[in-house]
Amino acid sequence: MSDMNQAMVQKYRSNFLKEVEANVEEGTWVKMCMQCGVCSGSCPLGPHWEHPQQELFMMIRAGKREEVLSSSSMWMCTSCYNCIARCPRGLPITHIMHGLASYAKRLGLAPKNQPTSKFGDIFWDSIAKNGRVNELKIGVSLYFMNGFSQGIKNALASRELGMAMMKTKRMSPTEYFGGHKCKDLSGIAKMLKKAKEFEAEHITKFGE
Amino acid sequence: MSEVIATNQTILVVGGGISGLTAALEAAECGKQVILLEKSPSVGGRVSQLHKYFPKLCVPSCGLEIQYRRLKANKNVRLLTMAEVTQISGEAGNFTVNVKVAPRYVNENCTACGECEKAVGAEFDDEFNYGMKKRKGAYLVSNMAYPQRYVIDPRIVATDDGAKAKAACKYNAVDLEMAEQNLSLNVGAVVWATGWKPYDAAKIQPYGYDRYSNVISNVEFERMLDPFGPTGGKIVRPSDGHAPKNIAFIQCAGSRDQNHLKHCSRICCMATLKQTTYVKEQLGDNCKSTVYYIDIRAIDRIDDFHRKVKEDPNVTFVKSKVANIVAGSGDNVVLKGVDTEGYNRYANEHDLVVLATGMESTVPAGVLPAGIVINEHNFIDLDSDCGIYGAGCSSDALDVNRAAQNATAAALRAIQVVNRVAGQEG
Repeated sequence: MSDMNQAMVQKYRSNFLKEVEANVEEGTWVKMCMQCGVCSGSCPLGPHWEHPQQELFMMIRAGKREEVLSSSSMWMCTSCYNCIARCPRGLPITHIMHGLASYAKRLGLAPKNQPTSKFGDIFWDSIAKNGRVNELKIGVSLYFMNGFSQGIKNALASRELGMAMMKTKRMSPTEYFGGHKCKDLSGIAKMLKKAKEFEAEHITKFGE
Repeated sequence: MSEVIATNQTILVVGGGISGLTAALEAAECGKQVILLEKSPSVGGRVSQLHKYFPKLCVPSCGLEIQYRRLKANKNVRLLTMAEVTQISGEAGNFTVNVKVAPRYVNENCTACGECEKAVGAEFDDEFNYGMKKRKGAYLVSNMAYPQRYVIDPRIVATDDGAKAKAACKYNAVDLEMAEQNLSLNVGAVVWATGWKPYDAAKIQPYGYDRYSNVISNVEFERMLDPFGPTGGKIVRPSDGHAPKNIAFIQCAGSRDQNHLKHCSRICCMATLKQTTYVKEQLGDNCKSTVYYIDIRAIDRIDDFHRKVKEDPNVTFVKSKVANIVAGSGDNVVLKGVDTEGYNRYANEHDLVVLATGMESTVPAGVLPAGIVINEHNFIDLDSDCGIYGAGCSSDALDVNRAAQNATAAALRAIQVVNRVAGQEG
């Protein structure tokens, strides 16, 4: 258990709804859910959610902290915004899902090797380091996310696409060795540092 | 038309549905002068289109008949049909009301013999039956129409059919020269009772009301039960005219929804429960009913009705707002969603879907004077000094019972205003 996680357990005891309201983006909306189920029924990825959106809201209110925060459900959201458009009560469901995922990640409770979460990490590392995304490296990292042999299998499965991309100069193998960066790397680093400060400030404000 | 006499001690009631009739009669029976305006050719409103009332399951024509008799017997009420208010100005005790009266093209001589109807050929969508059947260009709104007087559709007046209708009338009742009239009335108080209209189901895009013929609205379902209605009283699928075997009722279709009507329409739960009894009575064990709901709002004594319906083995309740409807096999449709009792994902095929569409207020914009508060749901808020009072479904989404109570209260407020005027003048 991370320190922050322990601190939050201490702070909110059994009132998980309060914890969500204080720490999760748009979390104050959770109590507004009337359990009609339109969000879950409208979600294009619905069948792949361990707990549908409406169930997550009910679980939050029922205090099922561990189950919610360690669930892979909210990581399934593709931000299509269908649920927000359809919710009869105007809950910003997409944002709440992202808020829950982000909070779970901060607490160290997000499921390990969840592809969306992993992709987020890889994407962030790439862009933070070079100021721009190295698509080849991201692709390779994702292929090898679940071990070497699976990675080889993944790469072989997409080899035709890869060859075609190289042929049309959409991808260059040399990118793997460093790749090109943006001009003002230190500027980017400064900007990210400032953004992180803002975020930390924001989170502390939430946490109060 | 004989002259309409109004003074600032007159009460104007706008709308001749159950609320307007009630308000007008209560005030008139207290000795007040009342002018009752109705936009359509007959009074009776939405109630006259119902098959049965909940929870007693008695027929609305019974209550309407009583109101019509009271109306006929009371000299204090002046009824104007086909009349619409275009503007109200002034203040409590002294309003000026502009009224537009559309021509009926049939005068008081009409005996409702029906010869003009037989003579004309052109047919139009029958408004009384929500366009589910056709009516002639010369018609009586319904068998219960009050006044019992025919109407000539303006679309046939200048055609051969118009001349045919005139020629067919033995009583010299058809007057094709009739023209629109504009009246200006001076009244002391106004009771606004223009009622409701069913929410346009086609706006609920995922339910496919406009795409699937077997997705209908609850008011259309109600019309099917009328022996003189579009299906001769039979519950049928619009696609093939066969009796359905597996009906779905979808609650809150357009109500309690920020994308549609924000308010709870209050009647739809009971209307659906009532309609399951129609299914039971007519189709028995040959048809199942499934009610998809967020929560059933049948409160107080009407919960007994809910419990009774729940005992029927042919009625199932699914706690879920249906997410969307897609085409199924043949003319069937498939309802998709996730239920709240177990979070099970379902895709259920039904051969008829009834959308329990809600009540949309018909309070118009720009007609009432400034200062009259129309709330976010388009109902008139109560302000006891303003002289204009919403009654029935112009004040809130109400069932018939509550609408009549509410209309009586509105009449009392209007009476207080004209009494005040009388006191000042006396």
